[in-house]
Amino acid sequence: MRRPRRGGGLRARAAGALIALAATALAACSPATAGPRTIEIDVRYSGFSMSRLEVDAGSTVRFVIHNTDPIDHEFILGDQAVQDRHETGTERRHGAIPGEVTILAGSTAETTYTFAEPGTVLFGCHLPGHYAYGMRGTVTVA
Amino acid sequence: MLRRSMVATAVAMPLLFAAGPALACGGLIGPNGAVNLGRTTTLAAYTNGVEHYVTGFSFVGAGAAFGSIIPLPDVPTKVIKGGEWTLQRLLIEVAPPAPEALAFAADSAAGASRAEVILEAKVDSLDITVLRGGGDEVGLWAKENGFNLSPDAPEVLDFYGERSPIFMAVRFDPDRAAAQGIQQGQSTPVHVVIPTDDPWVPLRILALGKQAIEPVQADVFLLTDREPATLPSGNPLSGEARDGLTLSLSTEASDGLLADLRSDRGMSWLPESGMWLSYFQLDAPAGQVDYDLAIDADGWGRPSPVDAGYAATSEPAGPDPWISWSILGALAIAAAMMTLRRRPAGWAA
Repeated sequence: MRRPRRGGGLRARAAGALIALAATALAACSPATAGPRTIEIDVRYSGFSMSRLEVDAGSTVRFVIHNTDPIDHEFILGDQAVQDRHETGTERRHGAIPGEVTILAGSTAETTYTFAEPGTVLFGCHLPGHYAYGMRGTVTVA
Repeated sequence: MLRRSMVATAVAMPLLFAAGPALACGGLIGPNGAVNLGRTTTLAAYTNGVEHYVTGFSFVGAGAAFGSIIPLPDVPTKVIKGGEWTLQRLLIEVAPPAPEALAFAADSAAGASRAEVILEAKVDSLDITVLRGGGDEVGLWAKENGFNLSPDAPEVLDFYGERSPIFMAVRFDPDRAAAQGIQQGQSTPVHVVIPTDDPWVPLRILALGKQAIEPVQADVFLLTDREPATLPSGNPLSGEARDGLTLSLSTEASDGLLADLRSDRGMSWLPESGMWLSYFQLDAPAGQVDYDLAIDADGWGRPSPVDAGYAATSEPAGPDPWISWSILGALAIAAAMMTLRRRPAGWAA
């Protein structure tokens, strides 16, 4: 009666794990399955949970914003001209344009934006008084 | 008895609403987020365990409805029209030559998605709703009911909601005001009756919607069964003081004042004598008004830091620490003496 080789099972499991790890790594590196980077931002007490972000030029980012306040907020990405236009604008709801979204009270909303050029992009909320209250930030595109 | 001996006082929180340009006693929020608040005057009287909160609402302009929200220390049993000239009489008491018209502003909105409506009342052109809920719930209720909340509202409502879940939302109906012939600047007094063991006067709400450097001005009258201990004290030489809040008068209420006040509509509950009058003046940039006026309600002379907004959680009411330590010390001495008495003869001293 042959005695079973004691290390055979362990080696088989190790080999399986390596294969699985390699497969995972390949999947993660595969351009075909990589989606846009996701950045989640919380809004509480009329403030964004982060005010400075860095992204790569040419990258596309999916912003998911969770508003836990009992009032509505906005997330508007763009240069100073965009911010100025929204500060004096009258649009009540946003969502159709990439980088512009309204987040209703107690809800989550998302928008996807491509940062084409290096530089600085601003974001903020332009409901009355919110931008001045501090609801703003910058995205550095490198 | 402790409740009786407590102080009362007036809470002054105005709220208001207004249409178009408006004046408000509390934080007033306009449709565009801009706020213009006038000076607020409020009486908070506390006697027999009941707080009587009297304030006035006035409006300037006409147009869209405005609202305001006032945090309350407990559930009110009724909200009725206040006396016609109680607040004016109090102002005369502290500034005889200046019988100015009252200008109350208001703050707006309060509401909550799942806030419970526990009382509704109409006082002239005001629709008043008393709500029970946390800051978020009251905020959502306000939003759903057409109030425009300023960006600082979520934090301020939470500030109060953590201490008391009771809020009063006041909405001004410009159409009803027009039908009733209410003129711009005319104040509508509101009297809120609140049985409570824990009276306090909301001050921070007066800064709602204001820029940090904008002034907050208010006259707060307290009428209590005895001289109250408050936090802040209003006196830089006594107790914890805060810039901008001044105790301008602290004296026994004269029989003449009490008689005048008692003769106003709905004011007969006021005792004929034996009340203490305190007059606080608040004049500070909005950014500094991050506190309320706590009033000692248990007779221990210890106004609650929680009620003043200094601490986030409630601390147990009770005697001063030195009293507790004195009691413990006395018990220790008594125990030691009993031990000595039981010591068997022959023990060395």
